[in-house]
Amino acid sequence: MNIPGEVIEKIKKLASRMDRKINIMHLCGTHEDTVTRYNLRSLLPENIELISGPGCPVCIIPDTDLQKIFHLLQNARVILTTFGDMARVPYRGRSLFYFRSKGHDVRVVYSIFDAIEIARKSSIPVVHFGIGFETTMPSTAIAIMDGVENFYVYSAHRFFLPAMKHLLELGEIKIDGFINPGHVSTIVGSRAYEGLKRFQIPQVIAGFEPYDVIFAIYIILKALMDDNPEIFNEYRRVVTEEGNLKAKDAMNRVFQREDWDWRGLGVVPDSGARIRDRYSDSDATKYFEDIFGDFTPQEDPVKKLCRCGDVLRGLITPEKCDVFNKACNPRNPIGPCMVSFEGTCNIWAKYGGR
Amino acid sequence: MCLAIPARIEKLDPPHAIVSFRGARKRVRTDFLDDLSVGDYVLVHAGFAIQRLNNREVEEIENLWKEIEKGLQ
Repeated sequence: MNIPGEVIEKIKKLASRMDRKINIMHLCGTHEDTVTRYNLRSLLPENIELISGPGCPVCIIPDTDLQKIFHLLQNARVILTTFGDMARVPYRGRSLFYFRSKGHDVRVVYSIFDAIEIARKSSIPVVHFGIGFETTMPSTAIAIMDGVENFYVYSAHRFFLPAMKHLLELGEIKIDGFINPGHVSTIVGSRAYEGLKRFQIPQVIAGFEPYDVIFAIYIILKALMDDNPEIFNEYRRVVTEEGNLKAKDAMNRVFQREDWDWRGLGVVPDSGARIRDRYSDSDATKYFEDIFGDFTPQEDPVKKLCRCGDVLRGLITPEKCDVFNKACNPRNPIGPCMVSFEGTCNIWAKYGGR
Repeated sequence: MCLAIPARIEKLDPPHAIVSFRGARKRVRTDFLDDLSVGDYVLVHAGFAIQRLNNREVEEIENLWKEIEKGLQ
């Protein structure tokens, strides 16, 4: 039996009964990878648009955070650790890998606990550039709660759910349905999305196999047809209603919500994960307060060409950007959407877009 | 970034465990999951087990992989 084929037929039938364009936005770089790698957009009827949202944690970090990290490297002797993609994001033509080539100690780690192992063996302070949404935040929280000496975190973590609300409030694009991020939901649980119900948009928490995404689209169309803007959980194999309580507890114990800037979205209320004062011993911004104190942000002139922000808001697809796959390509990325393996531009450049 | 991969627990030493991703071994933290046993499958993200998986479902997937591998030989 060809189950995905049957679901596609059902999607086509539902879509033909809707005489308008339906915009479905997914919110995770891994979903974009599935969608583009398997060319799922080509299977959808013309009036169903599958849009990529701000679901790439490397992409949404504004240049200011990156500049602050560069500033720290230039003014203090530290070992800087971070996750792979982040080290390649350019600002004024320089990335963390550039600094490494100039003799700075920048190390890519798989896990924050690898960074802690480095700190245990070193007399030089280790600063971990912490990025990621709710999926990654709990591990940083535990690392901070462990209270290892000589180990500091620069938190660029951001809570994802406030960004969904913010995007809807911006109202630049009509969104008829959301495909919610599977592994963020593993932590926060399906109930966390209740607060968004007032926008009357069906939401489906989905897994990352092609069939998961196809099925999520079907559920959204069916919900629109039945006028039933509920929260659906297609990823029951790992997502529960309440999520992971211990992980949520650790995350809330260590991080305090603040209004922080996102690339493309601007300031998103309650989205920033600031390290609480009681853990300030592990907070790099406190330990290196003097260094961060004389920091002034500057604009990157090259980035004026980059439309990563519009891609993250779902306003354009990558090929609408003048520099896509020309001046900006995976070997020479101008903006983070082309750097990250979860960035929509990188994925489209790799697999060839729609 | 939010990629998470299923792995099988081979050895437990809370809050750590040695897990196997189809043969590749890694030491991970298990702080967020209670009552784990050797043989359980967990979803691992950046060195952290974030969720327990239903063993039967994972074994079905494993069997599918074996079929695919057989087909490739």
